Amino acid sequence: MSANFLDRLRALLLAISLAVAFAAPALAGPFEDAVAKFANDDFSDTDEAIGAVATSGNPLAFPIISALQDGRLSADPDTKKVFITQADGRVIDAATGAAVDKLPDNAAAVRLNNRLRRAVEAALGGLTLLSPDPAKRIAAAQSVFKSHEESALPVIDGALAKETNKSVKAAFAEARAAILLYKSDATEVEKLEAVAVVKARGDQEAMALLTGLGNDLPPNVARAAASAIASIQSNLAMWSMVQNAWYGLSLGSVLLLAAIGLAITFGVMGVINMAHGEMVMLGAYTTFVVQEVIRSNYPGLFDYSLLIAVPLAFLVAGAVGVLIERGIIRFLYGRPLETLLATWGLSLVLQQAVRTAFGPTNREVGNPSWMSGAFELGQITITYNRLWILCFTLAVFVILLAMLRYTALGLEMRAVTQNRRMAASMGIATSRVDALTFGLGSGIAGIAGVALSQIDNVSPNLGQSYIIDSFMVVVFGGVGNLWGTLVGAFTLGIANKFLEPVAGAVLGKIAILVLIILFIQKRPRGLFALKGRAVEA
Amino acid sequence: MTPHILTRSLDRSATVFLVVVAGLGVLIPLSNLLLPSGSALQVPTYLVALFGKYACYAILALSIDLIWGYCGILSLGHGAFFALGGYAMGMYLMRQIGSRGVYGNPILPDFMVFLNYPALPWYWHGFDMFWFAALMVVLVPGLLAFCFGWLAFRSRVTGVYLSIITQAMTYALLLAFFRNDFGFGGNNGLTDFKDILGFNVQADGTRAALFALSCLALIVAFLICRAVVTSKLGKVLIAIRDAESRTRFLGYRVESYKLFVFTLSACMAGVAGALYVPQVGIINPSEYAPGNSIEAVIWVAVGGRGTLVGAALGAVVVNYAKTYFTSGPLAPYWLFMLGALFILVTLLLPKGIVGTFNAWRESRKATEKANAESAALEDGVGEPKPAE
Repeated sequence: MSANFLDRLRALLLAISLAVAFAAPALAGPFEDAVAKFANDDFSDTDEAIGAVATSGNPLAFPIISALQDGRLSADPDTKKVFITQADGRVIDAATGAAVDKLPDNAAAVRLNNRLRRAVEAALGGLTLLSPDPAKRIAAAQSVFKSHEESALPVIDGALAKETNKSVKAAFAEARAAILLYKSDATEVEKLEAVAVVKARGDQEAMALLTGLGNDLPPNVARAAASAIASIQSNLAMWSMVQNAWYGLSLGSVLLLAAIGLAITFGVMGVINMAHGEMVMLGAYTTFVVQEVIRSNYPGLFDYSLLIAVPLAFLVAGAVGVLIERGIIRFLYGRPLETLLATWGLSLVLQQAVRTAFGPTNREVGNPSWMSGAFELGQITITYNRLWILCFTLAVFVILLAMLRYTALGLEMRAVTQNRRMAASMGIATSRVDALTFGLGSGIAGIAGVALSQIDNVSPNLGQSYIIDSFMVVVFGGVGNLWGTLVGAFTLGIANKFLEPVAGAVLGKIAILVLIILFIQKRPRGLFALKGRAVEA
Repeated sequence: MTPHILTRSLDRSATVFLVVVAGLGVLIPLSNLLLPSGSALQVPTYLVALFGKYACYAILALSIDLIWGYCGILSLGHGAFFALGGYAMGMYLMRQIGSRGVYGNPILPDFMVFLNYPALPWYWHGFDMFWFAALMVVLVPGLLAFCFGWLAFRSRVTGVYLSIITQAMTYALLLAFFRNDFGFGGNNGLTDFKDILGFNVQADGTRAALFALSCLALIVAFLICRAVVTSKLGKVLIAIRDAESRTRFLGYRVESYKLFVFTLSACMAGVAGALYVPQVGIINPSEYAPGNSIEAVIWVAVGGRGTLVGAALGAVVVNYAKTYFTSGPLAPYWLFMLGALFILVTLLLPKGIVGTFNAWRESRKATEKANAESAALEDGVGEPKPAE
């Protein structure tokens, strides 16, 4: 309660102070006197004016000083009036902010020398440090942290004393520490404290700041700095591990999404569907069509486009899957190699059909607002689309598991997989189950396409880039086992991302392929192999 | 012994095939070189190169038919062996350019100069000698196939698993050869060849000779395949294809048989690639694309799996269709055609052209024989059938 009250009081005080600041130009006060000094055409008067204006807290202070820096500040020596020529060419009175028709004829630009230019720069830095927007204050503090410019110290000190926002305060403290570290006449105690503050920050820039310190440090400080560097290094290494793990999870979720449908058709049914990637592509193009319709007819619904696309993609790809099963695959049961060839041919046809219908180039699929952007977690950046895809993948996986476990269709599917003839004898329509199973696997590939359209190029070749990876995941994880697919996908994803920084992207991928080939020699049936007679079938 | 193998291995279709290939191998170069250009019977040089390409594809198809048709090993990575042989030949041809390259470096090929290689990588040494390159054409694919097969067959990786990991193998090679620092010209591959054994690769005479050589290689490859499949070894291979476990239980070392035939097949594919490169004038990593290997499998399926003659025929027919379609206004429809070919052949023509033809001829013979027998029985002069 009391905190709440304090917040309100603070807001009230801020409002009052702002009102005073805006009211100020109406009175002839110290600000107007300071501005008038610019018209004296005297370097020391200009210096005083810069200091006075910068510390005035007047909203015109920033425009005046930046105009001065750019040579857009002019003064009339007779009337002692000062004018700002704005970027768009309009002229305002620097003291009041009132618009002026045109510059007086005898107005001349206020001159600067090198000393004054430095003063202007420092004043500008200080002005943004005092900006009412906390984000701007933090940005200014960051730039001071990087430049560790000694002249900013008094402003930082002043700002730090007044600051109430916690994160801005921390940024100011870090900026102050950076300045003190590089300030030659700072005491040893101050420097040690500064090292501690910078160490607590613990990122790449803190590291750069500490490694940039010269050799002429007091021995205690040098030791503290060295240990701080070591600690930041291990901290950074830890975060880079976390980062790799996150990238790996993200890649793993993409692999899982692409492979999960294949785990049904290949893993459960034993059908090699080389056109699986094209089901993914159909899902992505369904998303494209949905978004096009929404864009042209109901632009307000754009954020829901993916929610609409998911069931549609499932239906489109699933229907195509059922057609494929009824039209081609059912004639080829028990001939896996022929199935492979026929579905490869089918994939060529589907690709070419999409190329004919939508053109060979990439089509643009947009991210809805809730999927764009990113947030920071410690030292790593996590993009929302990757996060959503991870959640979505796990949701699909859980739903699929539940479906196989608890629904009548799931029961029939498992029965047909385990013993087709027995299942048929018990009255299960095996050919219907085959068609539905294949449709289910294809439909899941379709919704994978919806998700992949958010992070990959939607082109006719979209599916081909996933087909080999998907097969690797299923074969690695073990055929006929959805958990194996889950473990396989995440293992391959994480292994790939940890190899990448060491070996490079392409070599890492090659290494993974070779490792899988070797792994299959050791465990020909994958990580989680089915046991029993079904193996030899 | 040798004549025995030869006579045993030749049936009528094989003889017809050999005669046709030998005839074309002699007549086409002669017509190209001796007849005046513009004459109706003269085969233009571009066609000679095209037919040479088909002959190389036919050898590749034979090598696939040997393992798929007779041993049940469906390799979806045979394009890798073809391309390795091609690269070995390409390296020899690159070294022959010498100082005639754009940068004029006597040792380093152009792309190495361009990529700032300080010296020739160790694996490029020796490729300036033809005999070494020719050895490598056979040895490198053979060695890779031996290592790969040794691992795969010993741990009993079979069926679709084998197909998928062969595909992974060629995919890995594709990625590797695309890299510039791998030392094989990266994306652009090896090209801009000048001489082979001192003859200009662009000259009509060289092209005709290369075509004749390709036909000769096709004949030799065919004879080797026939010798293998008609021998006792071939019987074991077919037994492995039809019932692998049973063959193993009968005491045959299945993996050794498979390893032998797989390695032999890879060597043949390597030779095909080596003959292919000087005729098309370029080798680049796209030859490793998994799609190419699968396409080669469909040639065999179209012609007739397990017939050898059919494999070669399928390679020529499908590639002729490809040339016909992709060079005309029908180009956008070629992939539809190819895809439909995959589907229709597997669904409707599982034995392929030659297989279906053979089956038809045999059934006709059987009916004729049956008719003759029944006619003879009616006449009362037919011999009684031996007791079964």
